[in-house]
Amino acid sequence: MYKAIIGLEVHCELKTNSKNFSSAPNKFSTYPNEYVATVDLGLPGILPVINKEACRKALLTAMALNCTNPDVVLFDRKNYFYPDLPKGYQITQVTKPMGKNGYLDILLDGKVKRVLIHQLHLEEDTASLEHHQKYSLIDYNRSGVPLIEIVTEPCIESAEEAVIFLEDLRDLFLYLEVSDAKSNYGQMRCDVNISLKEENSDTLGTKVEMKNINAFNNVKAAIEYEIKRQSEILSSGGKVIQETRRIAEDGKTYAMREKVDAVDYKYFVEPNIPPVKLEKEYLEELRKSLPKLKLERYFKYIDVLKINEEDAKALVRERCVSDYFDKVLEKVNNLALAVNFMMGCVLSTLNKQEISINDLFIREDMLSELINYVDQGKLSLDHGKKIFFKALEEKVEPSKLIEKENLKQINNENELLDLIKRVMDENSEQVRQYVEEGNIHVYNFFVGQVMKASNRQANPNKSLEIIKEELERRKK
Amino acid sequence: MYRAKSILQLKKLFEEGVITKEEAFLQANHLAHLLQEDYNSFVTILDNVKIKDTDNILSGIPYSLKDNFSTSGILTTSSSNILKDYVPVYDATVYKKLKKAGASLVGKTVLDELAMGGTGTTGHTGAVKNIYDKERMMGGSSAGSVASVALGIVPFSIGSDTGDSVRKPASYGGVVGFKPTYGLISRYGLFPFASSLDHVAIVTRNVHDAAIVTDVVKGFDPKDMVTFKSEEKLEEKLGNDIKGKKLFYIKEICGKDTYKDSNDKELLMVIDTFHELLDKARDKGFIIEEVSIDKILLEALYPAYMCISCAEATSNNANLTGISFGPRGKGDTIEEIIMDARTKGFSELIKRRFVLGSYILQKENQDKLFLNACRVRRLIVNKINELFKKYDGLILPCSGGVAPKFSDTTEKLSDRYLILENHLVMGNFGGFPSISIPFMKIDGLPVGVNITGRVKEDGLVLNVAEKIEELTGLKDIYSEVGDSNV
Repeated sequence: MYKAIIGLEVHCELKTNSKNFSSAPNKFSTYPNEYVATVDLGLPGILPVINKEACRKALLTAMALNCTNPDVVLFDRKNYFYPDLPKGYQITQVTKPMGKNGYLDILLDGKVKRVLIHQLHLEEDTASLEHHQKYSLIDYNRSGVPLIEIVTEPCIESAEEAVIFLEDLRDLFLYLEVSDAKSNYGQMRCDVNISLKEENSDTLGTKVEMKNINAFNNVKAAIEYEIKRQSEILSSGGKVIQETRRIAEDGKTYAMREKVDAVDYKYFVEPNIPPVKLEKEYLEELRKSLPKLKLERYFKYIDVLKINEEDAKALVRERCVSDYFDKVLEKVNNLALAVNFMMGCVLSTLNKQEISINDLFIREDMLSELINYVDQGKLSLDHGKKIFFKALEEKVEPSKLIEKENLKQINNENELLDLIKRVMDENSEQVRQYVEEGNIHVYNFFVGQVMKASNRQANPNKSLEIIKEELERRKK
Repeated sequence: MYRAKSILQLKKLFEEGVITKEEAFLQANHLAHLLQEDYNSFVTILDNVKIKDTDNILSGIPYSLKDNFSTSGILTTSSSNILKDYVPVYDATVYKKLKKAGASLVGKTVLDELAMGGTGTTGHTGAVKNIYDKERMMGGSSAGSVASVALGIVPFSIGSDTGDSVRKPASYGGVVGFKPTYGLISRYGLFPFASSLDHVAIVTRNVHDAAIVTDVVKGFDPKDMVTFKSEEKLEEKLGNDIKGKKLFYIKEICGKDTYKDSNDKELLMVIDTFHELLDKARDKGFIIEEVSIDKILLEALYPAYMCISCAEATSNNANLTGISFGPRGKGDTIEEIIMDARTKGFSELIKRRFVLGSYILQKENQDKLFLNACRVRRLIVNKINELFKKYDGLILPCSGGVAPKFSDTTEKLSDRYLILENHLVMGNFGGFPSISIPFMKIDGLPVGVNITGRVKEDGLVLNVAEKIEELTGLKDIYSEVGDSNV
């Protein structure tokens, strides 16, 4: 049996107003070469200017990944020729990456697995190439977009684990609001390094690299295919070749090029960006701005609030949902009811309408109020949910809706008694059945009649109590 | 009426209505064309100008710009075949500032290809000839800038100085070459040679004009991160009392007896005249002392400079592939296309520097060559800074003789060559303000003296230089060849 050892290099484009070293807007466009400054074209004489926000976001992400930060921000040049690299070098970080030696804890079969992060660095994206039969086109929109690269240690052991890590990493980017991390826009891309070793051996096998995989399910397919392919080679006595492979649409991987010697990128410190010292106060402030992260919230929900695992997972997936839920809880006593409304009303609506919770008409306060109506017995659960969806549809606050439609439950005992007396007077046969025959089935009949007569506003529980009392009274 | 007038003189002539700004431009243009065939100062001569009246002191003043500054809509070749048809789409900050001031651009000047070289002979449009002797070099790389000022075509020119690329040719041309503190003038739009050493520098015929021009083009530029805010006017520092200011010279470079065994007459003349100048300066109130520096350190200057500059140059010029601009190469693969463009686009000398730079940066050589060169650089800068605690400035002859002949083949490893001919790079290593002014002539050919000062003390350096200038009798000199009626 063989064991897979997987390392990932994840690239993620940061969300900033301008590009990493130029003033061109950092925006996605379907029109080629729309957002391009002279700097992004590598024209003679251009100079890079550091982007404070990109640095902040890279440092913040490094902190969230438990990395150590450098004492200064410093950039290096990575020199190589390629048509998507107009300057002939990429500005990146080798000497002092934004983060080193960190980790991300992920949940694997209910247990915590620690994925070690080798480093996180800030660099610039390349232009994108569009290849045609006889020519290629260059789109410089992407040229110079701020990019972070996160390199894991080779410590991931399965395709499933890799995908969970990638999903959690994406959720982390979203939690930190550093990136939109949309893999279909190429905002998150991944290189996979994989080797197989004998189950009990310490020696790593030959490494195969798969470059630029966007979709997570392709990562999964590629890893699964590689494990199968390499296992077959090894078990039949063959040797795995060190090479770069690509994943095709059929889910199989194909050899791209054999790796002879590692390319020498002739790194040296970028002379046009003077080192910027990272003040302690700045880093401390940044650390303070870190939100509580997904796993921490998950454990709070299941351990402290005793929410079941499945619901807890759903509630922490997005930071804004969890924040919303926490805010709702502040004004609600009945936790189970709150979870019920979150799962049954809020999340289902978000899924159905494909909107963010930030765009949901019903805000935290409104939901708390609605839940409390139900909790205090002023509204049945069923009714409460109906109000939720109606409020959403009509864009009216639930409390106003309750007032406006005069939907408030009748809880006043005298009012209910008058109603019940009237109903009993109108249905003397059923009263007789109870008084003379002791038929308790008439309870439900009278509740139904009271609800009907009150236009469904009578409190059914209270009505039942009073019906029982009134019937007893009539016995005498 | 126009020729060889200083900025202040021209300003006065404009004010008195003796000559208009249009006439000044036309006369500069006439001289530029007239002297082009003999001396080859320009890659491009501009025949039209839109005079913009401003209240800036440079309004209507003709000037020339080295052809490695990006000028929107005007051919900018860096004197290289790979850019021979390149017309930029944006303006260098320096050019933008001069345009705003209303100065009149007369032409773009010839340089050594991509500013790499010290001879003025390697530009793609041919060699620049020395304005006092056509058999001799102008020096480089800002050869055309120096020639255009030294011929009296324009009162000032903007060049670039990476090792000594303005100050050395200025010395050979009998004009002033001023390289201010690193970061005082924005490099945005200057085609880079070696970014950590590249400076925008000024060529004029007197120190005062250099201060005037620097005041107009200096200052923080959000597009160049190494620039800094500078509010003080350098011109106002001129005329300050210099009594008691302390200067030093380096024994190993120009001590009275350093070359006593040499039979190089020119060299001995330079040393003698230099010491005569020092005596005159002492009479004016300067305190000047001899300082000794480890010769090994001085001998490392030139090799360290070559390592750092070639390494950075290799990377800086990697954008010249003919892909997004420049002549497209031929080939079936992208590698072939890039290789073809670069093979045809660069001269042999440039290729040699790129190969060197690439070798120096290779993983297995980087520590021994590149990083050691950076260490040497730091040692030298530390040493000079230490001396600057005691002294206000460093004074040295710019070279051991006059401009070399084209046919000249000096021994490149002699003491004179290794140290005396290459010490100006100290100014680039430390980013120090550094100025060359003419101080003597040998058979009609000028030699310059250099003054270097503390970082950000550009005003003091100019102040000292102007006092020395008074002692030389060589202020405002120019080569009077050609039309003397202009």
